[in-house]
Amino acid sequence: MRSLITGDIPAPERAEILLSGTSSDAHTWNLVFLQLLLEEAGHRVANLGPCVPAPLLVEEALELAPRLIVLGSVNGHGHQDGLQAVRALRARPELALVPVVIGGKLGVNGPLTADRVRELTDAGFDEVFGDADIGAFVSYLSRFELRVAS
Amino acid sequence: MTASAPFGARIASARAAGELVVQPRMGFGDPGLMRRGLEATRAARAATVGTLTLDSYTRVGDHASARRAIAEGGGGLNGYPIVARDRDDTRALLGGLHAPDFPVQVRHGSAAPQDIFRALIEVGLDATEGGPVSYCLPYGRVPLERSLENWRESTEILASCAGPGRVPHLESFGGCMLGQLCPPSMLVAVSLLEGLFFAAHGITSLSLSYAQQTSAEQDREAVRALRLLAGELLPGVDWHVVLYTYMGVFPRTAAGASALLARSARTAVAAGAERVIVKTEAEAHRIPTIEENVRALENAARAARDTRPEPPGDGGETYREARVLVEAVLELSDDVGTALLRAFRRGLLDIPYCLHPDNAGRVRSHIDDTGRLRWSDTGSLPLPAVGAPSRRSSVTSANLLETLSYVERRYDSAVR
Repeated sequence: MRSLITGDIPAPERAEILLSGTSSDAHTWNLVFLQLLLEEAGHRVANLGPCVPAPLLVEEALELAPRLIVLGSVNGHGHQDGLQAVRALRARPELALVPVVIGGKLGVNGPLTADRVRELTDAGFDEVFGDADIGAFVSYLSRFELRVAS
Repeated sequence: MTASAPFGARIASARAAGELVVQPRMGFGDPGLMRRGLEATRAARAATVGTLTLDSYTRVGDHASARRAIAEGGGGLNGYPIVARDRDDTRALLGGLHAPDFPVQVRHGSAAPQDIFRALIEVGLDATEGGPVSYCLPYGRVPLERSLENWRESTEILASCAGPGRVPHLESFGGCMLGQLCPPSMLVAVSLLEGLFFAAHGITSLSLSYAQQTSAEQDREAVRALRLLAGELLPGVDWHVVLYTYMGVFPRTAAGASALLARSARTAVAAGAERVIVKTEAEAHRIPTIEENVRALENAARAARDTRPEPPGDGGETYREARVLVEAVLELSDDVGTALLRAFRRGLLDIPYCLHPDNAGRVRSHIDDTGRLRWSDTGSLPLPAVGAPSRRSSVTSANLLETLSYVERRYDSAVR
């Protein structure tokens, strides 16, 4: 997985953040944007790209053991696809504690209602970000201590 | 029985009449609505061909979910489920519509379209689109090698339906590749290589595509480059060029959207493309209605009628770069599919910002001061290195969004 900023390929085990699209979402540019945003905040990123089925997400998460998993979705099915993804992740004991967040345009009718956000957090998401919450996402990221260059 | 209606012959007759063919991207789950959409397309004041766009369950091969949605009336689908739907229903939908003056093309988006191709042949259709690279790399993680194998089989299935009055037609989607920020020479090269792949597997009538980008001048050059290369590399094959109205972030204002559409139609006529696939004024907001589609078709046809073809010219820098790319790929193997696979592995073909594991990801692009898309970093492409390698570090999350909305801002601000 190549860095969009430096062009370097970090060894997979050094990726700190696993970034992924959702199973039915073919959009790429939102994920390119998020990767840049995360790299600008100093994180190493493994970006799985669009249309990632839940079993593949679980497999990659087990292999990379990231410090954070970020799902991005803009096709309106993010609520449904996100539920499936996070349930599959939380079903694995090794992934019970890793922080998992989702953001983007998650519903077909604008921002999600409080009830639907609660469904997502009940299923295992630590945070749910709406389309306009980039600022909140960036400040959430600041909780994750940056890798110190050796 | 559905009438025979060769797609390539319809394009040729429009070309002879000096008309640009215009086509919507339209698909509905409800057969009644789908038929009304095709009827309205046919009745539009323009030279049209029809489109049957499939739903996303069918695209990913989940026909069980498509069948469940049909049982609930079909209205919840975002396109027509040609595989799950009874063949007789689809024949009835097309009856009296699909004809020599109005062939219908199936549009789908699948990296494994074997079932789709079999179904469309069974209902009497023979025109469709896609490609082993263009329906794989931008849309997920299906390995390129598997997509090439799927597309070899699918192309041969389609080719095998040829018979008296039946000439299967296949369009490459290679001129789109992520919709924006891919320099035109790469779009031209990928479309041409997919066309060669189709021809190698038995297709005798095909179309090559190019999606409108950020500079009208560069777009005209790209269409000319595609025509020159097709003339050189596809002898004995019936081919034409299709231009897609802009596939990136679209203007939000109705005036901005229709100005961008009109520009694509004028580019097509000026540079010699035979067909345009339109976008509507609703593009930035929602799925367009039948009426919005018809309006877009008629607006594009009107802009086309006001435009004269330009002298062919030499295709400029886009032609020269695309030719180097295509030749470098074809040297890798006598089999086009194998050559494509090796080219992506070595980074001789490389799509900027494409996240697929089989894309090298070493190239970058930008929009220059004149609005042309250019390489910032040519990675391992067989093209000269670009000066000022520090440009790469200038890609930021903030200016990426600005770059992606370049066309939207230009067209919306011109009308405010």
